[in-house]
Amino acid sequence: MAEKFDVIVVGAGPSGNAAAYTLAKSGLKVLQLERGEYPGSKNVQGAILYSDALERIIPDFRDDAPLERHIIEQRMWMMDDESYMGAHYRSNTFNKPPYNRYTIIRAQFDKWFSQKVQEAGALLICETTVSDLIMDDDRVIGVQTDRMGGSVFADLVILADGVNSVLARKAGFRPELNPGDVALAVKEIHFMPQETIESRFNLSGDAGVVIEMVGKITKGMMGTGFLYTNKESLTIGVGCMLSDFKKQAVSPHQLLEDLKGHPSVKPLLEGGEMKEYAAHLIPEGGYKAIPQIYGNGWLVVGDSGMFVNSVHREGSNLAMTTGRIAAETVIGLAQEGLPFTARNLAAYRTALDNSFVMKDLKKYKNLPGIFHSNPQFFTTYPDLMSQAAQTMLTVNGIDKKSKEREIRRSFTHKRSLFGLMGDAFKMWRAFE
Amino acid sequence: MHIVVCIKQVPDSAQIRVHPVTNTIMRQGVPAVVNPYDLFSLEEALRLKDIHGGCVTVITMGPPQAEAALRKCISYGADEAILVTDRAFAGADTLATSFALAAAINQISKNQAVDMVFCGKQTIDGDTAQVGPGIAKRMDMQLLTYVSQVDSVDTTSRTIQVQRRAEGGVQVLTTQLPCLVTMLEGTNEMRFATMDNMFRAARHQLKIWDRVAAGIEDVSKIGLKGSPTVVSKVFAPQAKTQRAEIIESESGEPRDLALTLVSKLFTQHPSASEAVVKQAA
Repeated sequence: MAEKFDVIVVGAGPSGNAAAYTLAKSGLKVLQLERGEYPGSKNVQGAILYSDALERIIPDFRDDAPLERHIIEQRMWMMDDESYMGAHYRSNTFNKPPYNRYTIIRAQFDKWFSQKVQEAGALLICETTVSDLIMDDDRVIGVQTDRMGGSVFADLVILADGVNSVLARKAGFRPELNPGDVALAVKEIHFMPQETIESRFNLSGDAGVVIEMVGKITKGMMGTGFLYTNKESLTIGVGCMLSDFKKQAVSPHQLLEDLKGHPSVKPLLEGGEMKEYAAHLIPEGGYKAIPQIYGNGWLVVGDSGMFVNSVHREGSNLAMTTGRIAAETVIGLAQEGLPFTARNLAAYRTALDNSFVMKDLKKYKNLPGIFHSNPQFFTTYPDLMSQAAQTMLTVNGIDKKSKEREIRRSFTHKRSLFGLMGDAFKMWRAFE
Repeated sequence: MHIVVCIKQVPDSAQIRVHPVTNTIMRQGVPAVVNPYDLFSLEEALRLKDIHGGCVTVITMGPPQAEAALRKCISYGADEAILVTDRAFAGADTLATSFALAAAINQISKNQAVDMVFCGKQTIDGDTAQVGPGIAKRMDMQLLTYVSQVDSVDTTSRTIQVQRRAEGGVQVLTTQLPCLVTMLEGTNEMRFATMDNMFRAARHQLKIWDRVAAGIEDVSKIGLKGSPTVVSKVFAPQAKTQRAEIIESESGEPRDLALTLVSKLFTQHPSASEAVVKQAA
């Protein structure tokens, strides 16, 4: 006997959990299907948790969620092969609760989040892959799983099945992923004693540091590196556009090895024991890559909808927010007794447009294209900046005015005056 | 036919490590699984149920989180699941565990007579292979260990024929029911749970039995008190390092290489050189 639910949520990551939790709490009959052995077993992220998005779903999450360290210091490093030029911001206001950001370990965090979803009343079934959507004309009426007797029906299906979203693709809701719209990120977790981390990063208690890195570490590819402090481990990783990896024929693994060997990074990892290695695709196409996100009987949330703000390294908060807003839209319709048609579900898109999600993504809509076609931002400039700093800081009997002239010359020589002005304009366009 | 399958939730040994300093097992963060050997016995029990009808009850003694392991068994097709859990069971060795499980199975049989009990050959965390035989002895059941195949069960004559792996061959054994079977690995392949059973497992109300519900009055036979076994020391064996040595000679002639090798062996093993001298004489 095939079962029928109000809503089926496909996937138990941040977006799926946010949606399932909100829906179940309102009393709707919710089934959540997850292909992994348990929620979190297949989920990969940096991972930084932004409190605000979760707080709007579970206000008292800090009471029992497995959190590693709250972030009190952000470091931005622009790197060439030998050096980094950095901007660090550390503030004691970040060290006062309620904390704004935390590092987390997703395998633990997702388990906790899923527990909350089940306590709210959703039925979770793991190790079950949804292979197809069941359609009645152009309306989604259920899902087909890979198990015997695997059809399950619902009034609405929420696709929270991640960046690849095979389901949306199969159903023709969105085109094949474009390698220029996704980044491939790899990361490792290195364990070391808590005291070592605290002394190495000037920390105490549960405070933590994040380092974001750009420059020659990505070998001219569009991407960034990162290093996060967890309680008893460090996460180090790097990610670049998939199309760039293909073009440059660099292996992600080698890129990470080189980053770990950088003279400014190596001492930070010294003595750690690598315990975990993970890789993940991140949808970084931005606003222009967002597909159709609603239709008759279906909604798309999280990575499946390409909701990632690559500039600010925000993804899981957009996932949770889209999951929550999708659920709120559905609850609203259910309360008014309205059917889940495309026309009614369009309210989801409108609500997203009015939220920070779409506003932020819209703001950077030109950025991916600009950085993608101008690798000088990742290679030439870090080099020039580093040379400039070195010229100014090396005391060798040359007067400062001559040094300034030399620095100016190095810039115009490498990029020409016209090129520099063009780059400045492009930067303005990217961040306008 | 009513079959009881005893299972245990164990840490996934593929992911377990020994702490380099304290020599204790680091269980933190290691996922828990159903003891792999128990799954072969569960599948065998389910196959017998497919043929002869009846029901399969899964039982485990363990902490509350062992519920996940039982739920997994329900998803494969077990009908009932009983979690025997009580603080009084803590610290049990195989003697105390088999006492508690035998008592619980006795309780089960009061409701519906038990025809067979299936256990895995052993657990992957304790490796003793003692609990199954312990239960059989206490319940006065026929015992069939290291079974590689259940050939047939005759429900009218109440007999079972199995193949048992023994040293140097396979024994074909026949005995009366009720009996206890411990299954070897690789005897069958666990079925892929149906969607219906996944729903049943997710919603199933497990039976949770404490000491009293399991029918145990004498607390001196359970838990730490009922366990004469003492773990005096746990240690991780030293990893063996075998160093290879490359022998070279200046001339590069095979003859010179052989001579270098022989003289090296004789210096390292004087007894070998004596033997050669003796033989030559």
